[in-house]
Amino acid sequence: MAAGVGKTYRMLQEGRQAQEEGRDVVIGYLEPHERPETEAQARGMEVVPHLRAEHGGLELNEMDVDAVIRRAPELALVDELAHTNAPGMRNEKRYQDIDEILDTGIDVISTVNVQHLESLNDEVFELTGVRVRETFPDRILDEADEVVLVDLTPEALQERLRVGKVYRPDRAEAALLNFFTGENLSRLRELALREVAEDVESRRKHAVLDPLSQQAIAERVLALVEPQPKSQRIMRRAWRSAERLGAQMDAMWVRRPGYRLSHDEEISLAALRRLAVVLGAPFLEEEADDLVSAVRRVAYERGTTYVFVGTPDESRRREIFGGSLLSRMVRELPGIDIRVVANRADRPEPEP
Amino acid sequence: MRWRHRPSARDGAPRILVPFAGSLDQSVLDAAIRIARAEDAVLVPAYLLVVPLQYEEDSPLRDQVKLAMPLLEAVERAALKAGVPVDARIEKGRTLTHAVKRLWEVEDFDRIVAPAPPPGREGFTPKELTWLLTNSPTETVVLKPAA
Repeated sequence: MAAGVGKTYRMLQEGRQAQEEGRDVVIGYLEPHERPETEAQARGMEVVPHLRAEHGGLELNEMDVDAVIRRAPELALVDELAHTNAPGMRNEKRYQDIDEILDTGIDVISTVNVQHLESLNDEVFELTGVRVRETFPDRILDEADEVVLVDLTPEALQERLRVGKVYRPDRAEAALLNFFTGENLSRLRELALREVAEDVESRRKHAVLDPLSQQAIAERVLALVEPQPKSQRIMRRAWRSAERLGAQMDAMWVRRPGYRLSHDEEISLAALRRLAVVLGAPFLEEEADDLVSAVRRVAYERGTTYVFVGTPDESRRREIFGGSLLSRMVRELPGIDIRVVANRADRPEPEP
Repeated sequence: MRWRHRPSARDGAPRILVPFAGSLDQSVLDAAIRIARAEDAVLVPAYLLVVPLQYEEDSPLRDQVKLAMPLLEAVERAALKAGVPVDARIEKGRTLTHAVKRLWEVEDFDRIVAPAPPPGREGFTPKELTWLLTNSPTETVVLKPAA
C-alpha cells in the first residue's frame, strides 16, 4: 500500500518461516531503512553482499544478481521490486534482476507499493496528485504465485510515522504533510485492496473452476458509443476494464431510424470503427427507436455483464418528464452492471 | 466546490493533429494546448502504433494499446482541464509516417503539431519529421521538447 506499512518486515517473517521449515533462504537485497524492528527481523539471516555503485557523487547499494545466482539458494528475499538500478548495472530495473533470478530456478519474495503498478500510474496521479516515476509492468504481478496484501489503516501508518518508525523525525513531518495525508493513504489503501481482490478473483477463476463454470461467470463488456469525441474515451475505459476482468468487449452504436450524420459525426464514427479494430472489439451498429430496448436485446444475445455508457446529455426537463436514460437502463437491464464513464477533468477542484 | 465548464467540440471548429508515439513531452503538450486554445480549435492527440510486418494490418495490438491508453487519458485530461476540446485517436500503420498518413487521408486537419523526441527516445526520427514537413497536406509545426 505505502512505505512504512511493514512490507519488508512481512517479507522477512515469511523468509524466517521458510527457513524454519528447512528451506535454504538468503536475503538478496534489503533496503537499509534503519528501522530497528526490521533490522531485528533480519538478524542472523544470510545476506548476499551488495554491489557498490557510484552515481552523481553518491555511493549506492545495488543487489548483486550474479552473486545471488551463484549462491543458488532455494528462496531469495529481494526488497523493493520497483526500484531503478544505478546507471551501469546490467538491468535498468530490479524486477528485471528478479526475472533473471527466477529463470535460474530460485524462488523470490519481494515487496512493492501499489502505486508502482504500471496500469495504475494514471489513477494514482489522479487520486494523489503525485506522478510515480518508478513503475513495474502488470505482468510481474500476474506471474506471481501469490500476492499478499500488507494492510494498515491510514491512522496507524500516520502514527508509525509520527513516532519515527518509518522515517527520521525531520523527514516524517514533511511526509505527513505531503504524500502521507489521510486522504492519500485511504485512496491508496482502497486501490491496494481492489487490486488484490481482483488478483484473488482471477486466480480463483483460473485455478478452481471447470470450463463450464467459467463460462457461467464470464464477464462481457458492452461499450455504448455515439459518433462523438467523448465516445473514444468510453471505448478506451471499457477496454481497460475488460482487460482487467479478462473479458471480451463489444462496442455498439444505436442509430435512430432515418438519422442523418453530420460531417463531423461521420468522421467520429469512422474513428470509432478504426479504434474497435485496434482493440480487437466487434463494432455493432443497430437501428432502433429506443436505445434501452436495443441494448437489452443485444446484451442478452451476447451475454453482456457490464454496460459502459457516457454521461447522458439529457435536459432536466426530459429527465423529469420522460424518465432518465440511466434509471431506465438500471430498471430494464437486471443482472447487468452499468458504469457511467465520467470526464475526469470535470472533477471539482478541492476548496483552497 | 468549484466546477469547470465542459469544453465541447463544435461542428466545423479547426482541428489540430498531434501525432506521437511512445511518450509525449509535457512541454510539447503544453505548447500544443496553447496553440489549440489560441485558435479555438479541437486538439486531436493521436497515438501512433506500428504494426509489425509479420501481422496483418488489421490485427489488434493489445500490448501497444495498453501503453497508449493511460497516455491518451492523461493528454485528454490535460487538454480538457485547460478548456480545450479533445478528440483523441489511436491510429496504426506499418511505420509512424504510414499511420499518420492514414489519419490525414480520412480526416481533415487545419494544422499538424509534431513532436521531435529527445535523442534516443521513441517517436519520429529526423527523417520522418522531414517527410512529414514535405508531405503533410496542411501547415506543420515541429516542436522540440524543452531542454
